[in-house]
Amino acid sequence: MSIFRTLSTKPWVAERGYVSESHGFGSPTAKVFLSVFLGVVTAVFGLLTAAYFIRMAYADWQALPVPALLWLNTAILILSSIALQWARVAAGREHADGVRRGLLAGGALAFAFLVGQFLVWRQLGSLGYFVDTNPSNSFFYLITGLHGVHLLGGLVAWFRASLRLWRGVGVNKIRLSVDLCAIYWHFLLLVWLVMFGLLLVT
Amino acid sequence: MATSAERKAIVQSHPSPANSSTFWGKYIFSSDHKVIGIQYGFAGLFFLLFGFFLVLVMRWQMAYPGSPVPFVGGLLEKAMGEPAEGGVVSAQLYNMFGAMHGTIMVFMGVVPVAFAGFGNYFVPLQIGAPDMAFPRLNMASFWLFFMACITMSVSFVIPGGPAQAGWTAYSPLATTIPTDGQTIWLIGMVLLITSSLLGAVNFLVTIIQMRAPGMSWLRLPFFVWTQLITAFLLLLAFPPLEAAGLLQLMDKVLETSFFIPSGLLVSGQELSQSGGGNPLLWQHLFWFLGHPEVYVLLLPAIGIITEVIANNTRKPIWGYKYMVASIIVLAFVSFFVWAHHMYVSGMNPYFGFFFATTTLIIAVPTAIKVYNWVLTLWRGNIRLTVPMLFAIGFVFTFINGGLTGIFLGNVIVDVPLSDTYFVVAHFHMVMAVSPILAVFGAVYHWYPKITGRMLNEGLGKFHFWVTFVGLYCLYYPMHYLGIMGVPRRYFSNAGSNGLPDWIPESAQFVNIWISIAAIVVAGVQLVFLYNLYRSASHGKPAGGNPWGATTLEWQTPDTPPTHGNFGKELPSVYRWAYDFSVPGAEEDFIPQNVPASKNTGQAS
Repeated sequence: MSIFRTLSTKPWVAERGYVSESHGFGSPTAKVFLSVFLGVVTAVFGLLTAAYFIRMAYADWQALPVPALLWLNTAILILSSIALQWARVAAGREHADGVRRGLLAGGALAFAFLVGQFLVWRQLGSLGYFVDTNPSNSFFYLITGLHGVHLLGGLVAWFRASLRLWRGVGVNKIRLSVDLCAIYWHFLLLVWLVMFGLLLVT
Repeated sequence: MATSAERKAIVQSHPSPANSSTFWGKYIFSSDHKVIGIQYGFAGLFFLLFGFFLVLVMRWQMAYPGSPVPFVGGLLEKAMGEPAEGGVVSAQLYNMFGAMHGTIMVFMGVVPVAFAGFGNYFVPLQIGAPDMAFPRLNMASFWLFFMACITMSVSFVIPGGPAQAGWTAYSPLATTIPTDGQTIWLIGMVLLITSSLLGAVNFLVTIIQMRAPGMSWLRLPFFVWTQLITAFLLLLAFPPLEAAGLLQLMDKVLETSFFIPSGLLVSGQELSQSGGGNPLLWQHLFWFLGHPEVYVLLLPAIGIITEVIANNTRKPIWGYKYMVASIIVLAFVSFFVWAHHMYVSGMNPYFGFFFATTTLIIAVPTAIKVYNWVLTLWRGNIRLTVPMLFAIGFVFTFINGGLTGIFLGNVIVDVPLSDTYFVVAHFHMVMAVSPILAVFGAVYHWYPKITGRMLNEGLGKFHFWVTFVGLYCLYYPMHYLGIMGVPRRYFSNAGSNGLPDWIPESAQFVNIWISIAAIVVAGVQLVFLYNLYRSASHGKPAGGNPWGATTLEWQTPDTPPTHGNFGKELPSVYRWAYDFSVPGAEEDFIPQNVPASKNTGQAS
């Protein structure tokens, strides 16, 4: 157990003179960055969930209708995640065409999801459910908005990776980017499923 | 895993500021961690002085209520308009300056200098890295910070003025004030938090991934440990505040009711917002950040003075491993004490009991550190250099502030003292004066590495003694006012001299005394600024390692360090950071990058 070895060393005696080449976790720096970042995002959404549950217990809470379109959007986001996973596997096999198809499909589906979310907002608005009508509406708009902004940020990274691929950069050079995109997509899908579940149970 | 090749690639991935031919490329839009550190330092120093100026105006009002502010009264009237009519401080102006003093000092003053400024400059150097892990992200977080500062500053001159609801922005007060200042404050805060989050992620990844070969966890200088833990605190504490800030912003702009209770009357009118919100939720979210934020201010200061004390006693820091363990425990426990800020907000008595207990528990890791500093001083070969004076001043002040914290942590003592000047004196001692003394110490300690020249020692000692004695003249009497029951935040009250009628007239003498002390302390900072400016060109040349220090930032081939920090070969580390006075060694210090084969004495 390396952690116990680390803790039991006496830095002033035992290790003197010993040098090891590298440290850190056994993954690329960008991946460490992404995992820390996902930790922060989890904290934000976790907190919103907690606030949501606290608020729900109050008497004046009026649940929102769940438009059918939301189910479609959820399905689209799942497909988007699957497409990126496909690209990720293809990148592992250095299969350039597969990466290209997977990336394109994943990005397009994510974009479709965002458009769909916007349409849901329009639908709810036309039914009179505005952001300030009831606390449950406020939460709905906040959560979907925040989730959308995060996905939009992911699309920027996706765009940069795709651009490099279409300019003819080798698959092994963008394998890490595809990897990170896929992880981020799965994470956002998970967040969305939890948030959607939250909306359904109320 | 960051290999040496990967570390070198990071330097090549962004342009050297020295290669850039323009002033802008060299000093403004640079992604070099040293330039960014200096940018944070200057911005933070500017806002520290600005925050100080705001409180001087408030102190004038407390000492001489209703009389025009001398020297700057006219300027205030021009900038702020009606609230400063005739150069006299109005209640509105007092509230604005109070709110902005707190915000500026905490978020735009101390944190940028201590965490972002010195952290950016010295963390990569101390771990033997050529730069931060993500140089461009680093630049982005500075410019987000800068935008936040502009946003906050602009709010002073818009109609209606800046935020007035205190730096804690309690809802519903903050939401129902009709001016735009509060909205701008929230936007500024969201920008500041985003910048801090990006910065903290960068620090975390840098310290995990970028350490030089041989720099194992327990060989890290203690300053790097404190920066690592601070980054963790920021990452866990800021998201709640960001979420809370977004919710309050929605309450303010989109008229939602997250924190607005039903049936709220504002100036006799019922609010049109739907209501049903919970004001206590804001307080919980805010203080869940707010308490760890205290340690965000303190931990870098603790790291700085630990380095300074070890260096100036020529002894290893006493109980290094316990110091590391104590800050980890401190960071953990700091998330379970937040409600001790809310004893008078109303809570279940058992809840209060829980938080009083955790508050007393957090004194244990704090006390461990104080003991370790004192034990390091014990029989050390103490050099009373200027940074050392500031470090000892820090320990002294930190103990003072900590002890009054034990008073306030107990519900039954806190209830009568809550919202009095006792609280103001306590938290200024522990989270304002202490970190600022440490920041001064850091400036005197590291200035030789940043500029290649020493600061003038005579002026430095003068600066220290006047600041130190002045701050005690300022804050000791304030405890006394608090015990008398003088409430904080009051602009004025019934009774003569602007004091509430249950306060005896003689208390006003204490108020005047405090204001004079504050003006003296502010005045002596000009000496410090002059010293900073003058020594940059006329100071004694410092050489690479003037203090005989062991850590890597003092072992760079050039002073100040150039782009990439260590020239062609990045250093390897063979020992911990505190090999001072090793028996049998030639000198009383052995730098971390000296191999064991050299004549460096026994290994025990």
